[in-house]
Amino acid sequence: MRNLFFAFFFLIACNVNAIENTDPNTEQRIRQLSEKLRCLVCQNQSLAESNAELAQDLRRQLREQVAAGRSDGEIMDYLVQRYGDFVLYEPPFKASTALLWIGPFALLAAALAALVAILRRRRRAPEEAALGPEDQRLVARVLGPAEPGNKPDGDS
Amino acid sequence: MKRFLWPLGIFILLVGFLAAGLTLDPREVPSPLIGKAAPAFDLPVLQQPGERFDAAARRLAPSARRFAPSDMRGKVWLLNVWASWCVSCRDEHPVLVELSKKNLLPILGLNYKDKDEDAQRWLTQFGNPYQVSIVDADGRTGIDYGVYGVPETYVIDAEGVIRYKQIGPLTEAILEQKVLPLAMALKK
Repeated sequence: MRNLFFAFFFLIACNVNAIENTDPNTEQRIRQLSEKLRCLVCQNQSLAESNAELAQDLRRQLREQVAAGRSDGEIMDYLVQRYGDFVLYEPPFKASTALLWIGPFALLAAALAALVAILRRRRRAPEEAALGPEDQRLVARVLGPAEPGNKPDGDS
Repeated sequence: MKRFLWPLGIFILLVGFLAAGLTLDPREVPSPLIGKAAPAFDLPVLQQPGERFDAAARRLAPSARRFAPSDMRGKVWLLNVWASWCVSCRDEHPVLVELSKKNLLPILGLNYKDKDEDAQRWLTQFGNPYQVSIVDADGRTGIDYGVYGVPETYVIDAEGVIRYKQIGPLTEAILEQKVLPLAMALKK
């Protein structure tokens, strides 16, 4: 049933693409697709940017498949089947990539939680640090009454 | 004290991650084809003077001198993607020639985006370890196999399933430690 649904969906998509092929947007579509795909030879370049021979060949494949009326999803699948998720700049969300997708947000949440905890503790801190009258009397007895002009590091 | 332990702990964790990262090779992209059927193709075989080649070629593709992976059903074999323009293939080639002398398993070449004359000259000059070399002139079959850095080598089992992929040149060590043990296990 599911397959049938997709088949139907692709059929519609193919027909739409077949019409699109006659208009100049085809080039732009190839470009958009190839910007989402990684060149495996020079891995920090997209297929659109790379001049590696493999990238040229893969762009040729994109062109052919677009001309054959394949949908973007089908073309992406074609490449993932051969080169794995690595070929996509935006990897799909699944168990092995969960950390990749959630990790930054989890770190942000942890950092925010830590910040809130520290701020709360700091707001409570002055009350604890303040000296009571009992403490002040104790300090005065140990250090003697404060003398003006007396240096704190004086020898006397 | 605790206040200093926290950053230290985070630092050590970070160093751990970075150290692990250094041991990984980002150029080795795990192939999604492992455990899947080797993609089918039907391609011409490289013409090459020499008895060994002719005999093998005639046996494998008697009439048309074409080759399809189904011709190797029932055998565990190596598919080695090579080209005369590929620099590291030159390092790898003697290893393959040595392996072919041992007659342990058939080695087939996929001559990737090469000129026939250049490929023939290469085989005459450096020796021919291949039962046949299959001509993939426009690189389409290479794309079907997910080739992105020649040389690459596939171990394909008797049912035609890809069991292992070596990206980059085969070495004696890789052969002894990975490829041959796997191939021998698959043969049984």
